[in-house]
Amino acid sequence: MESHQRPSTSNGEFSMSRPTRLSTRSLLTSLVVIGAVVGGSAVAFGYTAGWLSPRRLTPDKLLEALAPPTGVSPGHRRNHAKGICFTGLFEANGNDSVLSRAEVFRAGHYPALGRFNLGTANANATDATVRVRGMGLRISTPDGEEWRTAMIDPPFFPVSTPRAFYDLLRALGSKNPDAMPTFIHANPEFAAFAAWAKTAPWTGSYAEEHFNSLNSFIFTDSSGADHAVRWSLVPQTAPVPVSPEDLAKRGPDFLENEITDRVRSSGPLRWTMTVTVADPGDPTSDPSKAWPEGRRSVEVGTLVVQQIEAERDGPCRDINFDPTVLPAGIRTSDDPFPAARSSAYRESYDLRTAEAKDYPRTKSGVAP
Amino acid sequence: MIAISRFTAIQRLLHWLMAICLIAMLFIGVGMVSTVMPKYLPLVAVHKSLGVTILLLALIRLVVRLYYGAPPLPVDLPVPMKLAAQSSHYALYTLMIAMPLLGWGMLSAGAYPIEIYGGIRLPAVLHQSDALHTALWDAHFYLAFAFFALVLLHVAAALFHALVRRDGVFETIAPSLTSRH
Repeated sequence: MESHQRPSTSNGEFSMSRPTRLSTRSLLTSLVVIGAVVGGSAVAFGYTAGWLSPRRLTPDKLLEALAPPTGVSPGHRRNHAKGICFTGLFEANGNDSVLSRAEVFRAGHYPALGRFNLGTANANATDATVRVRGMGLRISTPDGEEWRTAMIDPPFFPVSTPRAFYDLLRALGSKNPDAMPTFIHANPEFAAFAAWAKTAPWTGSYAEEHFNSLNSFIFTDSSGADHAVRWSLVPQTAPVPVSPEDLAKRGPDFLENEITDRVRSSGPLRWTMTVTVADPGDPTSDPSKAWPEGRRSVEVGTLVVQQIEAERDGPCRDINFDPTVLPAGIRTSDDPFPAARSSAYRESYDLRTAEAKDYPRTKSGVAP
Repeated sequence: MIAISRFTAIQRLLHWLMAICLIAMLFIGVGMVSTVMPKYLPLVAVHKSLGVTILLLALIRLVVRLYYGAPPLPVDLPVPMKLAAQSSHYALYTLMIAMPLLGWGMLSAGAYPIEIYGGIRLPAVLHQSDALHTALWDAHFYLAFAFFALVLLHVAAALFHALVRRDGVFETIAPSLTSRH
């Protein structure tokens, strides 16, 4: 190895006359400085990592609070753990190009991959017992971008902030009978969700469900103007209300069986994607607050679900439907939830991919 | 006093520039995985962009190091210290190149689109795979802590040379605004 160096001793090494040995005081001062630099850096690192902040809300804590009393279902998502894959198309009609320059809104057909699911952390939950149903969706465009979104069927979210969501989970999981009343007192917006949960009709099929983004996002059009929006998938299959008692008679997995049979026998299912634009001053940062009626609403296309596949060997299994994976022309708003969800989903994905042997794929691809 | 050799200007520039970037990366990395606040998103975005930048700088730095070499260590430095110095530098180079590659691989194996600097898309270098994602994630995570420990050791040793041994080693890498030779 060639050394780039100035004149040196003949054997290629250098020496210099060093100052006389350091005084003890100098030595001690130096060691203290070294200790302070190293120790201070380590403390700063530990603080950044959260090790010194027991109150910080970390993705770990969220996942812990989500875990069912019976324990997590290894290999499965830490929430919305029970689900079934679908593939199909998104047929954009071009109407939304005025709101967003994302290619996914230019008229055309784009491959869609998704997952119908239940809002529970228990992968073995009985379908009739879970109030919230959801859809994960990924639309891919020829420019190489992806739009990932994860929506649920309530018209608004139970709480206003991620911290409140954590408190809700703790209260729900608490054995203390005062836990929920205390939570509701501190988070009065929950009452509206509780009323929806109690009174809104249940349906017997994923095909009849609305799926709503709840979180707002910013669409940027080709002129550079921003629009705060929320979107919904409105079912083209008419919802038929069925009581939860009747649903319970249909078997623990009736939703997955029903959607599989329905697509096989009646063909593709459709949802109309509707984008609603906020007026200035509308609460874009609070998904527990619906926007007032009459807001500008644009039908931007149709989701066509063409094929259903079981999750175990299905294409949706190893996709993290992180709602912050967005194409150019869509970005996050001041709504704090997408970031919190992205953080939690990241950890859930890391954990479940490490547990793949606990949720083995069937070699032949045939559902067990 | 015989004139001491030092690292070339480009080597010194790369060292200090990358020191800032690498320390920032370690803090951003450990901070971003411990938060659900809105800052999570820009922290991750910076982490990915800076990671790729560090990879490019590290490869340039490796070429520069192979070309120019390094000034010799003091003749009176004990052999165990010499070995520790050399092996720690091998380890630092290995980590600064391996870590971004592990990150890139991990995202590829997780079927995540990889975007840096708000618009540049990087191709997936691996197919989706639970096993690979897990292995690469674990490697990236645990090696990050090893990297931080090594950085602390490196800083402690540097200060030891500068303040206690006072043997000119620190001066070989120290930035200087005027040419002293």
